[in-house]
Amino acid sequence: MASLRCFLRSGKNAVTAVLRREFHGTPPAAVQVTVRDALNQAMDEELERDERVFLLGEEVAQYDGAYKVSRGLWKKYGDKRIIDTPITEMGFAGIAVGAAMAGLRPICEFMTFNFSMQAIDQVINSAAKTYYMSAGLQSVPIVFRGPNGASAGVAAQHSQCFAAWYGHCPGLKVVSPWSAEDARGLLKSAIRDDNPVVFLENELMYGVPFEMSEEVQSKDFLIPIGKAKIERQGNHITLVSHSRMVSLCLDAAAVLAKEGIECEVINMRTIRPLDAEAIETSIMKTNHLVTVEGGWPQFGIGAEILAWIMEGPAFNYLDAPAVRVTGVDIPMPYAKILEDNSIPQIKDIIFSVKKTLNV
Amino acid sequence: MTDVVSSEAIAQKGSYKCDVHKLEEGPPLQAVLTREEGLQYYRTMQTIRRMELKADQLYKQKIIRGFCHLYDGQEACAVGIEAGINLSDHLITAYRAHGYTLTRGGTVREIMAELTGRRGGIAKGKGGSMHMYTKHFYGGNGIVGAQVPLGAGVALTCKYLGKNELCVCLYGDGAANQGQIFETYNMASLWKLPCIFICENNKYGMGTSVERAAASTDYYKRGDFIPGLRVDGMDVLCVREATKFAAEHCRSGKCSSPYVTTFALLIHCSHSYRTRDEIQEVRSKSDPISMLKDRMLSNNMASVEELKEIDVEVRKEIEDAAQFATTDPEPPLDDLCNHIFYNDPPMEVRGTNPWTKLKSVS
Repeated sequence: MASLRCFLRSGKNAVTAVLRREFHGTPPAAVQVTVRDALNQAMDEELERDERVFLLGEEVAQYDGAYKVSRGLWKKYGDKRIIDTPITEMGFAGIAVGAAMAGLRPICEFMTFNFSMQAIDQVINSAAKTYYMSAGLQSVPIVFRGPNGASAGVAAQHSQCFAAWYGHCPGLKVVSPWSAEDARGLLKSAIRDDNPVVFLENELMYGVPFEMSEEVQSKDFLIPIGKAKIERQGNHITLVSHSRMVSLCLDAAAVLAKEGIECEVINMRTIRPLDAEAIETSIMKTNHLVTVEGGWPQFGIGAEILAWIMEGPAFNYLDAPAVRVTGVDIPMPYAKILEDNSIPQIKDIIFSVKKTLNV
Repeated sequence: MTDVVSSEAIAQKGSYKCDVHKLEEGPPLQAVLTREEGLQYYRTMQTIRRMELKADQLYKQKIIRGFCHLYDGQEACAVGIEAGINLSDHLITAYRAHGYTLTRGGTVREIMAELTGRRGGIAKGKGGSMHMYTKHFYGGNGIVGAQVPLGAGVALTCKYLGKNELCVCLYGDGAANQGQIFETYNMASLWKLPCIFICENNKYGMGTSVERAAASTDYYKRGDFIPGLRVDGMDVLCVREATKFAAEHCRSGKCSSPYVTTFALLIHCSHSYRTRDEIQEVRSKSDPISMLKDRMLSNNMASVEELKEIDVEVRKEIEDAAQFATTDPEPPLDDLCNHIFYNDPPMEVRGTNPWTKLKSVS
């Protein structure tokens, strides 16, 4: 009996080995996917997977999306599931929240998060707080998504970063993807999450292609909300960032590497809940911290990270004060030279790293 | 004792009749009230009345804290509306919500215990007066007007899932001036959402009288392209018939468009900003419970003793509930951080200082 089992086992192995030899291994098929397409595919797959998921917002249907993120979805799913709204954020955000309360799973798109201010009462008071106020009777499975932060040449009213505002509120999960992989995995997680999720995209990242492995392309690829990712390992200093600024951190790290300074770049992925543990672990290795964000400095993401570090175990590992690189504390100007100098540039990150390391 | 009576009284009654907007005709001027229905409406209205008066007492004793918006005097609305729809339909209102919490399935006990902030409260003491929920009842909403788009969203779900259910979206005369309500009228109309918008006009938005807040007090017309009705909100049968009429038109298969119904009320008692004289005057002229009682007695549908017996039972129920509400313990401190997220693993929540880590479960 045992020998028979043995034979079968080896036989099976032998067969697979033969097959493996026959169709010899090629590396898994990775593809280049833009952030826009990653978001589009994620929504498409989730719409297909669960009939209760639907998308509403301005221009999402017949126009294929103001930034083409929802291209093709209306054609495929029709009026019932892809809904064009009038330009009435407070109303349609409220309608989306009510639909979620009654059992659907809406994706509510804000053309940019600047317009979410018109609807912010529905996001905070109707969505975020309800599960708590009802002591668990009424959940709100909704995703609010759209571009956040500075774009290019759109001036002050269209350039604000809302990560800190939404990150402030209990009852919300706040997510800020950087790469195509982030966009895909986090949006799927957000849609499947039974709670209100604010999903902060970035218009300047929509067209940027990233390599996406076969694993990431699978329909059930999810990135857990609340976990940061180390995009680049390093020993000398920790750079913590989210969204588009991760690109700048990596570019700065490449320049610094030539001078022998190895930066560890952490992509936050989630604003709330903050993955403080990942940051602390890194600081315990590098002993130095610089945060980088596009938003304003006061009461911002960097301010919060620094406070966490002060209060936690990593403080004793710091060899220098932790600092923040942020947008300039002004409304966003229009002229290119002014706009370029209103947000962090690679040279600002390099400068801050060197100051912190005292080199 | 007659079992059934037809209520021509509606057409003959007082100064209010049913005004229509963008409609050929309104609800029928005759309604049938069975003895069973009459007794049930009477009991429910009386329960709401006694519950609210008790709450008023507890509020004045500072046993209820914060806000306590009372519904006594408006009972015919909550009871009439519920009589015109099904429990499988949906309803949402603003913060004057205790009556609706009851008609939608809550118990007096858990409502009162919520007002006193105890663990036996309908929201375990975490919501208070303005945040009570039951099945197909979405509160209890503290922000004036915010509940109206929410209600249209509930209606969207009804239509999406093909359930032949509708949503009643209530708001007051004060909220009627809110922009988001007009945004909602627009989208509900465009998308033919099965909702009935109901304005309970008690002539005061917070402390400001309607004439000082609204350029047009014809709230039933302000839906513009939406058909509207104005009915006497003190008469439970008027309210029921108007609701039934609107509901029939809302359900899928009929003309599937939203309705604006204003119930014009003469509110009495306990609205925070009235003068004593105003209150006395209104109370003596128009009381929905007295109106129903008179109607039933004069048509031989019930005896004085029978109604008195109901009064006694109701009073006892309220006393028991108040007793519970004042003796049930407050929520345990380890419930403080629970119910932040649904269906999530337990997580840590920061306390008031960095060394205090509190536990949160779904």
